[in-house]
Amino acid sequence: MTTSKTKNRLVKDKAMLWVVCLFAALTAVPLFAILGEVLFRGYDQLSWSFFTEPTPTAYKAMKAIEAGEPIPGGIANGIIGTMIMLGMAVVVAVPTGILCGAFLAENPKNRFAQIVSYLTDLLQGTPSVIIGIVTYIWVVVPMKGYSAIAGSVALFIMMLPLIIRSTEETLKILPQSLKEAGLALGGNRARVMLKVQLPAAFGGIFTGVLLAISRVIGETAPLMFTALGCSFIRFAIDKPISAVPLLIWEFFNDPNLQELIWGASLFLLLFVLTLNLTAKYLAKKWNQ
Amino acid sequence: MESVNPILEFNKTCVSYTKQTMAVKYVSAAIDRNTITAIMGPSGCGKSTLLRAVNLMHNLYPNIRVDGEILLNGENILSMEPIDVRRRVGMVFQRPAPFPTMSIYDNVLSGYALNGIKLSKTEKDATVERCLKSVALWDEVKDVLNKKGTFLSGGQQQRLCIARALAMKPDVLLMDEPTSALDPIATAHIEELMQELQKEVTILIVTHNMGQAMRISSKSMFMYLGELVEYGDTATMFSNPTDERTKAYLTGKMG
Amino acid sequence: MNDKLYRILLFAAALIMPIVCGGVVYALVTDAYEAFEHFGFFKFLTSSEWSYTEGAEQYGALPFITGTLMTTLLALIFCIPFSLPVALFVGEYFKDTKVAAVLSTVTDLLAGIPSIIYGLWGFYTLRPLIMALNISPQGSGVLTASLVLAIMIVPYAASLSAEFIKMVPNDLKEGAYSLGATRAEVIRKIVFPIAGSGIFSSYILAIGRALGETMTVTMLIGNTNNIPDSITSTGNSMASIIANQFGEASDLRFSSLIAIGLVLFLITAVINMIGKMMIKRARIS
Repeated sequence: MTTSKTKNRLVKDKAMLWVVCLFAALTAVPLFAILGEVLFRGYDQLSWSFFTEPTPTAYKAMKAIEAGEPIPGGIANGIIGTMIMLGMAVVVAVPTGILCGAFLAENPKNRFAQIVSYLTDLLQGTPSVIIGIVTYIWVVVPMKGYSAIAGSVALFIMMLPLIIRSTEETLKILPQSLKEAGLALGGNRARVMLKVQLPAAFGGIFTGVLLAISRVIGETAPLMFTALGCSFIRFAIDKPISAVPLLIWEFFNDPNLQELIWGASLFLLLFVLTLNLTAKYLAKKWNQ
Repeated sequence: MESVNPILEFNKTCVSYTKQTMAVKYVSAAIDRNTITAIMGPSGCGKSTLLRAVNLMHNLYPNIRVDGEILLNGENILSMEPIDVRRRVGMVFQRPAPFPTMSIYDNVLSGYALNGIKLSKTEKDATVERCLKSVALWDEVKDVLNKKGTFLSGGQQQRLCIARALAMKPDVLLMDEPTSALDPIATAHIEELMQELQKEVTILIVTHNMGQAMRISSKSMFMYLGELVEYGDTATMFSNPTDERTKAYLTGKMG
Repeated sequence: MNDKLYRILLFAAALIMPIVCGGVVYALVTDAYEAFEHFGFFKFLTSSEWSYTEGAEQYGALPFITGTLMTTLLALIFCIPFSLPVALFVGEYFKDTKVAAVLSTVTDLLAGIPSIIYGLWGFYTLRPLIMALNISPQGSGVLTASLVLAIMIVPYAASLSAEFIKMVPNDLKEGAYSLGATRAEVIRKIVFPIAGSGIFSSYILAIGRALGETMTVTMLIGNTNNIPDSITSTGNSMASIIANQFGEASDLRFSSLIAIGLVLFLITAVINMIGKMMIKRARIS
């Protein structure tokens, strides 16, 4: 015997389930819409030369458009710039971040460590555009010019808190017995950290570094004020340099180059999402 | 066991978690009105599972299925709406868990609030007083009814949870090892209370404490590996068990 | 390496945080000083004039503060009807199942998409749609920026909220079901009150994200230096005015932009600090 009141409540219950499922499903729509659009509009631009040639000048692009040909050139200058800046940032940020994270994990109750931990949160929450202007003041002004160095400093500052946090968290969830066993065998703390704890935490830290890279590789605003951009392939680190997100921004603003937006975006998007998925996969694998 | 007018009847009740493992196997038994029936057995014997089936708790978990019949006043509850059944069958769990965001007052009335039933202020006050008095908590908390239920002691919290179940005026009250998380004094309190409560509600209690079963229940069930091995008067079962397995359990030869 | 050296090394590495953060504040304050001195601190924050005619330069941050608050608030409003269902889907209805893992991966990937690509999508897909629906003639504006911003913060709000929804003890939920409640009633009357403070704090952190989002807003807000008079009109946020004008600015305008950066930095710092503190408190209880 079911009363109408019960029926009413059951209908509401069902309705809530459907609403939750519907809206949860709708949330997935933008991901596929964005992926779809970038893929659809960008896939036919991807070719060997797209990755090996630098950006064409606006004049060349205009000529090609007039002749009805595809725009020549590619994004090699951006890819190389991104690699150079990212490489420099990673080389400095990884060791610094790991040591700093180890400091936080080793001294959880220490007053200074608590301040450092708080500042890590602060820096992680700081908008990237502010990192950009600060790096401009720190590096571009004294060096009297935009450069790859300035760009990598900005990327370094953005990666640092992410690496510190992942190191700290991974070290903290290691079983205490691991550290104690190491110390009992007569290792000093440095040895135990280097030979026991860090190797055991390698998976978590590596995942953290991958995620940090994927987070900063698409950053545009901070590079606009530091690396500036450059239309040809360049390896000098004290001169302005290009980056993939910077190129997308340039293409977006230059009517003649708009065709190239989608190829560059597709490259960046696939790169970032692959890094993300790899990191997630590795994290799962290492957790088992 | 014959029963003239049973309130609850198990008829070949089976509970299975997966296709292979059956936690409760073909249990048939009739429970008398206004009695306390204890369900005993070693851990993993299916006693809690059987008890939870009466409140259709298995419906919350997609993998569990119940077969056979469970009759409440002659109606098979397995084919009824769970939310209707659960209002007529109260449940008290192992660990006292009053709702932490509600006051003592609201905890007693939580069944009504959850079911969306509106009560007048006088009805509310009367229900709270009645239920807290039946669990002998009224004198202790009547001045702090607006405090959170989580400030009470463990024993008081458990009595509050019993009051919460009683507020819905259930026909049957299921208790799943209600005193296992409590100290001896609080346990004695609850046992005393149950003796009083059986006048208004039929109680089915799962316990791993043989002394408790002996003290409070008039009938007992002994379950082993999902089967109902023996069911009868508590006094008879303890003094003269018919099954070897019951005997082994009661003499402490079985975990 | 002996213990002492090891400790010193770790300590030295940890010093990088106070140095960097101190440096950020120092750089912002010294370079913003000129603007504050020239216009006065409160005058700068409350003036809505932004004109760089030589000799009659006038800079005020109000249009951009308003723009930031409007986009953030709207984004929050648009984000809730999506992030809350996602959180319930992952943390309650389909907790620990394959579908929940799939949805989590989808939201993780959404969080990973660079903001410039969100901007492109908003510009080439959403903006024409808004024009076609006659919501606003130029397509770009506060509303367009907020919609994309909302999508960007859904993953942050949803994954944190789900964590708190998951933490609601099963004891309490079973207790409520045993009294005859439906799932919807358990969620409304048990889960939400208990997970409420945690869910609330996850939205505070989502706000922290939205405040400083730069490229998406820059590409979609329309870049006009006025106080937006409706949600469909154009404007600029604090982040987008910096992105737009920093490259060409010098002297007083440069300093004014840095001052806006300082204000943005302080607002995000405060919001994030409140959010983190609330999260910590919600986790303990």
